Amino acid sequence: MSETGATTPAVDITVPTRPSMHLGSRFLKALCWAAGFVTIGVLLLIIAYILVNGLPEFFSRDEQGTLHFKASLFALKYNSRNLSMLPAILNTLTMTALSLLISVPLGVGGGIYLAEYAKPGSKLVKIIRVTAETLAGIPSIIYALFGMLVFVVTLQMGISMLSGALTLGTMTLPLILRQTEESLLSVPMSYREGSYGLGAGKLRTTVRIVLPVAMPGILAAVLLSIGRISGETAALIFTSGTGTGIAGINDSGRTLAVHLFKLQEEGRAVGASFAVAVVLLIIVVLMNALSSYIAKRLTKKG
Amino acid sequence: MRGLFLASACVCIFAVGVICYFLFANGLPFFAKYSAWDFITGTEWAPLRGIYGILPMIVGSFLVTFGALLLGAPIGVLTAILMARFASSRVVRVMKPAVALLAGIPSVVYGFFGLKLLVPFTRNMLGGNGLSMFVASILLAIMILPTIIQTSEAAINAVPNSYYEGSLAMGATHESSVFRAIVPAAKSGIVSGIVLGIGRAIGETTAILMVAGNQARMPTGILAGVRTLTVNVLLEMGYAADVHRESLIATGVVLFIIVMAINFIFSFINRRRVVQ
Repeated sequence: MSETGATTPAVDITVPTRPSMHLGSRFLKALCWAAGFVTIGVLLLIIAYILVNGLPEFFSRDEQGTLHFKASLFALKYNSRNLSMLPAILNTLTMTALSLLISVPLGVGGGIYLAEYAKPGSKLVKIIRVTAETLAGIPSIIYALFGMLVFVVTLQMGISMLSGALTLGTMTLPLILRQTEESLLSVPMSYREGSYGLGAGKLRTTVRIVLPVAMPGILAAVLLSIGRISGETAALIFTSGTGTGIAGINDSGRTLAVHLFKLQEEGRAVGASFAVAVVLLIIVVLMNALSSYIAKRLTKKG
Repeated sequence: MRGLFLASACVCIFAVGVICYFLFANGLPFFAKYSAWDFITGTEWAPLRGIYGILPMIVGSFLVTFGALLLGAPIGVLTAILMARFASSRVVRVMKPAVALLAGIPSVVYGFFGLKLLVPFTRNMLGGNGLSMFVASILLAIMILPTIIQTSEAAINAVPNSYYEGSLAMGATHESSVFRAIVPAAKSGIVSGIVLGIGRAIGETTAILMVAGNQARMPTGILAGVRTLTVNVLLEMGYAADVHRESLIATGVVLFIIVMAINFIFSFINRRRVVQ
């Protein structure tokens, strides 16, 4: 193993090692490695535990002992016998699309304003930053109360996908706003100057030149938001509810995460719960992988 | 177009305004019927008899968070030091996405994992019925790890290399340079990461609800069940009506104020760091 570490300074200095001295520091270093192993170990334990218990749930054996894919888990209609997760999967897609329809235009638009139009250090910009930070720090149970009081009750949307999406749209807004602003700010000034020099206006420069360059960063934020939306439970239970069917915009419908929560609460179908957990885990891993792949391509270009 | 962009940026301000207004407008009327002092210091929660004391939940929230910190903060900070200064770049390339993944796992999956593995394990090894403050703290510690690691690592990486070189030049080893020169210089960044972790832990709901037992009484021990403020809202909002419902929204108000205070401390530490 590389004992001396990777981040030795740019100047080549031979690091003196005197094992007799600084025993405390060497002990602390060992503790660092131990902590690192715990962190990675916990992640592997969670993933392995869910996969080992969940994957077999997708299959069943018949009398001859041959394995069959359990298609009933993906039946069009949920009932207490098949415990199908297909409606929940479709509802998750609807919820994700609706929420992003709200948070992406607002977040990207707001990010464009902060990065391209606003005077840096103006009072308004400061307030927008503080409120975005506040929104990002509010726990999901408070969003649940907000969604219930504002959309479900006051605006009379009822317990519906729309109420849930508006709630989650608000929740993911600061993530997209901040990432858009940062991505736009990292685009070199020379791009804008070149565009102005060719006679393009402010809006044209922003939309045609700067925004496309910043796109990978914005996309990474969108993918992370998808992960957050599909994993959210607390904020949805009182806004989009726990309906078991394939939900339209005005219907109550449970997403996958809420489905897992309800199955657990009803205390039945441990097997089906594990299967849902596997699907949730796969979604999150996929979104994370895509997001970091895009981010890596972004840094390579830069 | 400029106006449109400005309007979307202002949605954040609008949203915070609406959240505050509706939370307080629906929560505060409760205090006209029930004394705020009795609400916050009452040790009994019995909505059926019209007794609303949330002290057990306030204590529960803080105890669970404290337990999570006791475990999560050292592991998180040490992992961050490892990633920033000891591990080779190949190891870091594996650890970074792993930490991001840890942050991405939904809380309901954490809760499910805790319920199926940690709860029975605790029941068999330590006794009690397993649904306990102990398991809730362990689970929360795992959940706040990525927050602490990412913030601390950034803070450690931001320390100028000259600190390290200066320490080496004085004859210190690599290890003691890291622990005596770099880490102390990154202290405020590390502390702000921990504060951010506290904010996350206090606000966590679903995972805790699934493993903590949720008894609405003063916590009696680490192997006994506990109910937090967040869980109180999620657990009873579904069927509560009238004064009971208002009391739950008031619980949300108390939680909101605690979280805002923590966020304020976080940005205060950050601002001081920038000034330095």
